[in-house]
Amino acid sequence: MIADLLENRLLAAALVVIAVPFVLVGYILFVEWILRRAPRRAADVIRPWLWLGPALVFLGVFLVYPTFATIVRSFMNRKGDEFVGFANFEWFFTQDSTLTALRNNALWVILLPLLVVGIGLFIAVLVDRVRYEGGVKTVVFLPMAISFVAAGTIWKFLYDLDPNVGTFNAAVTKLGGDPIAYTVVQPWNNFFLILVGVWLLTGFAMVILSAGLKGISTELLEAARVDGASEPQIFRQIIWPLLLPTVAVVATTIVIYALKTFDVVYTMTNGNFDTDVIANNMFTQLYSNLRPERAAAVAVVLLVAIVPLMFINIRRFRQQEAIR
Amino acid sequence: MGQSRHPIGRLAALVAAMALVAAACSGGDSGSSAGTSAAPASGGAASPAGSGSPSGSAAGLENIGGEVSVLATWTDVEEENFRAMIQPWLDATGVKLNYTGNRDLGTQITTGIASGNLPDVAGLPGPGQMQVWYDQGALKPLDFIDYATYESSTPAGFAALGKAADDKLVGIFTKGAVKGLIWYNTKNWTGEAPATWDDLNTQARAAATGDTKEWCLGVESGGDSGWPGTDWIEDIVLRQAGPDVYDKWVAGEQKWTSPEIKSAFETFADAIKNSYGGSDYIVTTNFGKAANPMFADPPGCLLHHQASFITSFFEDEANAKPEDYNFFPFPDINPSFAGGVTGGGDLFGMFNDTPQARSLMQYLLTPEAQQIWVEKGGFISANKNVPLEAYPDETSKKSAEILANAKTFRFDASDLMPSEMNKAFFKSIVDLAQNPDNVDAILAQLDEVQAGAYSQ
Repeated sequence: MIADLLENRLLAAALVVIAVPFVLVGYILFVEWILRRAPRRAADVIRPWLWLGPALVFLGVFLVYPTFATIVRSFMNRKGDEFVGFANFEWFFTQDSTLTALRNNALWVILLPLLVVGIGLFIAVLVDRVRYEGGVKTVVFLPMAISFVAAGTIWKFLYDLDPNVGTFNAAVTKLGGDPIAYTVVQPWNNFFLILVGVWLLTGFAMVILSAGLKGISTELLEAARVDGASEPQIFRQIIWPLLLPTVAVVATTIVIYALKTFDVVYTMTNGNFDTDVIANNMFTQLYSNLRPERAAAVAVVLLVAIVPLMFINIRRFRQQEAIR
Repeated sequence: MGQSRHPIGRLAALVAAMALVAAACSGGDSGSSAGTSAAPASGGAASPAGSGSPSGSAAGLENIGGEVSVLATWTDVEEENFRAMIQPWLDATGVKLNYTGNRDLGTQITTGIASGNLPDVAGLPGPGQMQVWYDQGALKPLDFIDYATYESSTPAGFAALGKAADDKLVGIFTKGAVKGLIWYNTKNWTGEAPATWDDLNTQARAAATGDTKEWCLGVESGGDSGWPGTDWIEDIVLRQAGPDVYDKWVAGEQKWTSPEIKSAFETFADAIKNSYGGSDYIVTTNFGKAANPMFADPPGCLLHHQASFITSFFEDEANAKPEDYNFFPFPDINPSFAGGVTGGGDLFGMFNDTPQARSLMQYLLTPEAQQIWVEKGGFISANKNVPLEAYPDETSKKSAEILANAKTFRFDASDLMPSEMNKAFFKSIVDLAQNPDNVDAILAQLDEVQAGAYSQ
């Protein structure tokens, strides 16, 4: 019956659009109806929990449960019916391939934020309050609209060895050089992959940093100029300290992007030529090698690596809240 | 919809139903749908009389209605051909088809097993994954298929590959493929087909002068980069070390560092060194474009090793015409192992045991069904009862002939290895192409994977 109904996708879509708000409002009315029957004081205690309930259930089902299931899975054998202790982690930390992935992730984590924030800040400061600011920012921001997979594919063409296809090699051969296999030449190929991430994310960093710049009062800058400060001095002594919280938020976000990086590597090299990263390794273990226990272990390593960064980010948010 | 229009149709349905009851009574432990109207008489080869006309295949099918979901790798033209192949079955049974074409079906099935959302019938990437999914209880045994009939209609050793470790039939082959074909441009290669590997190298290296190299090679293939080279190694192992070593190698009982396998890698490394473009070119060039220099003037290379499917790439990527290319089989290397052929095939498995799925599985095995696709091109039937005249072009006809007449047929080794071994094998080819002198280190790494990949 329900299956038949869902078969008609239009009907199913209409059902969702109408039913979901209806159920939500219905739930709230239902909760209030119950609470009206309860004693006043008890109702005040229970109310937030009942209102939070649906969100907590969703979080639990789609986030908390999978996290714990993955952690448990990482300590089980391939079939998932026997506890094997740290065997899967032992495997992870003794393989050349996973250690290479770890090394490459470290490269991503260091270079990606450095380049993205550096270039983003550079552009944001240079074009700030300039006549053509809007145009420049639009151009830099444009790649943000492209998915990582599409970007990987585009850059794979740009990097193509055949000068008739690859833009860069067309230029190289025009200048009399030999074509370069950008995705193959080690260790530079990792840098060329990271460059794709830089191209994609610089716009994001630039927009947020630019907004941060606008938040710095012009009076402060004017006062510094009146006092005879040079522009580099103004940047070092006034703009940079005031912008630091914003830089930190952007940087941690980019670091998390770098840790999770998958699509670019998957579409461009699939981890060949020593360019593997942890997330791609996890995908390979799960879908190519059919080793769920190892994939779970890789996921746990990734999670453990991300937790401190999340912690820093959350603490910073709290500090900002406190200032407000 | 509706019942069969002709009285004869009704009679056929009645006969089919009776056959079903008989089959259900004699059948082993399958029986979940014994009472319902399930598939009619067993395996297709049982009725070779109808092989002339495709409509003949619809005879004996009962109108059972309902629906069946199918997942396979075929899209575009291949999907159209597949739909054409099963149209008579759809007409006769009144079943509604939900078809999904997805090149990445392995991922979809892995996810589907975790979520319980699986198609009734699906193409399987290979026997290795088939075994894993059967062990997980996702794939259902095909006890309702008459194994003896099926086996006798396929090339030697083919049908058994669809059996799981417990000897139950789990996957069936409809489509076969011959690998180890060596392609050439008819303008540049006019000699006879070489009888031996040494002959081939003598002839080819004499002809490959100046900027023209002996081999066209490209192993890039996205997530599966390296596989074209695994076909090379397999062809060499079968002809150089023989089927016994080949089988042990597939089963994980032959070390990669053993002299036999090492010799195969060295033979291939030698070919790599005599290939067009150099290492960077080989690892970044897609297999579909690898033969393009063969059709250039002057040619960049003379020969290209690839399975029968490659012709469509010759035409699309290099603008070659059918008269521009031809092939000879991979020549023998060691005379004591003459007549070896490697190949592959598309496996089909059943994830939901429904009457519609059973009926479809049986229909797919019939030569009448397969002939429909054979006539449309790009399909080498795994069923020997499909007449050779049905093949629309010389390439597929010659391939079908090689497949049917093989003395020693062996299935693609990498597809038979556990998926982890398979992927490591793919990757080793990329490493080898980058560094053809690094055979020992590459093989040592494969040994390491072998040690863990075969133990559950």
